[in-house]
Amino acid sequence: MAFYRPAPYQKPVAIALLLVLAALPFGLAAVDQAFYIGFATRVLIFALAATSLNLVLGFGGMFSLGHAAFFGVGAYTAAICQQAGINEALIAFPLAMIAAGAFALVVGAISLRTRGVYFIMITLAFTQMAYYLAVSARSWGGDDGLPLVGRMTLAGVSLADDTHLYFAAFFGLTVTMLFFGRLADARFGRVIQAIRENETRMEALGYPVFTYRLVCFALGGALAGLAGALLANLTGLASPNLLLWTQSGTLLVMLIIGGVGYLYGGAVGALILLCLEEVLVGFTPHWHIVLGLILLGVVLFAPKGVAALFGKRHG
Amino acid sequence: MLQLFLEQALNGLQFGLMLFLLAAGLTLVFGIMDCINLAHGSLYMVGAYLVAAAAQAADSFWIGLGVGVAGAAVLGLLLELSLFRQLYKRDHLSQVLATFALILIANEAVRVIWGAQPVMLNPPDALAGPVEIGDFFYPAYRLVIIAFGLLVAGLLYLLVAKSRVGMWVRAGASNREMTEALGINVRALFTAVFVFGTALCALAGGLLGPLLAVQVGMGESVLILAFVVIIIGGIGSIRGALVGSLIVGSVDTLGRALLPTLLRALLPADAASTLGPALASILIYLLMAGILFFKPQGLFPARA
Repeated sequence: MAFYRPAPYQKPVAIALLLVLAALPFGLAAVDQAFYIGFATRVLIFALAATSLNLVLGFGGMFSLGHAAFFGVGAYTAAICQQAGINEALIAFPLAMIAAGAFALVVGAISLRTRGVYFIMITLAFTQMAYYLAVSARSWGGDDGLPLVGRMTLAGVSLADDTHLYFAAFFGLTVTMLFFGRLADARFGRVIQAIRENETRMEALGYPVFTYRLVCFALGGALAGLAGALLANLTGLASPNLLLWTQSGTLLVMLIIGGVGYLYGGAVGALILLCLEEVLVGFTPHWHIVLGLILLGVVLFAPKGVAALFGKRHG
Repeated sequence: MLQLFLEQALNGLQFGLMLFLLAAGLTLVFGIMDCINLAHGSLYMVGAYLVAAAAQAADSFWIGLGVGVAGAAVLGLLLELSLFRQLYKRDHLSQVLATFALILIANEAVRVIWGAQPVMLNPPDALAGPVEIGDFFYPAYRLVIIAFGLLVAGLLYLLVAKSRVGMWVRAGASNREMTEALGINVRALFTAVFVFGTALCALAGGLLGPLLAVQVGMGESVLILAFVVIIIGGIGSIRGALVGSLIVGSVDTLGRALLPTLLRALLPADAASTLGPALASILIYLLMAGILFFKPQGLFPARA
């Protein structure tokens, strides 16, 4: 894989995208399609989650099947915060990020000692453990998950209005993308990509490879936690299903469709996959088959993802 | 207490042997061609459905088992020739995406053909009752599964460890390029291994069918267990898969049966009832993490 460099047209495209996304809920409301604001929020949240996986997998080169665990921890932290009487997102969301990041730090510290397939499997094992813990914790709802009594407030403004929650997710994704873009082009991003390309060489040059990887892994986990907390607010439930390995699989699929290692890969993939779902559901109840066939097509004919079809990566 | 222990030990052995049937194919596919096949669990599910359908049509469990396994093998052959051949040279990410797509397709196709309700598969009438072993009763059908599992495991061991084809397979798992250079047609060999692995999967699905519900999604949970087995055993090693299966099967079964009782003796009832099931479920993952910590390549690494 080549190194990430911001493309020259990136800034204008990003600004245009921001404007479109900012106007979207008002546009939808104007044409009486306010229902789709919830859907758009879902896309933004999954874009955030897939982007956090992109940081770990695309830039850090760590093939983790355990990302759902951090997503789920974020959702559960939000729900538990509310149960404990903290209804302010400005407190609950950072707590969700800290909890997910701390969990990722522990998982990473153990898993990153292994390589390749063993790393995939050990991260998977941790997700399974988190899942079973969530299912058997009766005070957190067990099998049924932990419901939120209502959406939280953000700086005093209630998120119960779909448009408000949309802007919360929009804000979260925008800040994340800005941070991600800066990080990818900064020293940290260069080092982490170089480790992806040639670990031995970076080790020999004196870089603390393990620490860089661990920090990258924990950062990805914390961002996934933020996405999880937002999702819990959208759906009103922290469900143990969020922690299932198939959820990790879905995030991976989004990222691979979008383009692993491309700045917008996760966001593009989330948009494509969720829109595909939305459209296919309307055509047939057996849309999974169609989706599966499309995914097979992507693997066989667009192996680098959709983001790779538009423009080459510089480097 | 001893009775419970003996019964659960037999259950563990039976579960472990079935896991071995699943893990054997997976570890070879993984070991020789370095291909992550997430759809292995789906082959197990499809196999169970085929066996159930054939058994219903023929009104005989054994005929159904034979026909179902053969049908699954044909399906495996078609899949290998059409899709998996293209995946071997691709990276793990593509393999994960493609086989994840296969899971989606398989689950939905099964739902279309057989409906969303679990399908019933009855054991042969002669084996429906329990038999007396010593001073407790044990289902006859489970004993037959144990015998069947031992037989297949033994045959597989002889095939892989003693036969010429087995030697090629082991050579392919430890160094593919060198094996190819020595004139072995690894590609054809691998097609055979894949088909064989699919048949073993379907066999496990068919045999377990009367014990568990034959339903959509039955493959996903068992797939993870099979992966745990081959990681513990060492990827590409049949012996490792056998040892790993027996360890995982018995630890999981005994843990679920005995841990809650054990914890109740040690902890207050409230804490024990929460912690017991959780700990029993995560026991094998803790075991795997522990084994990987001391033996990062598994117990019997295939690549020296």
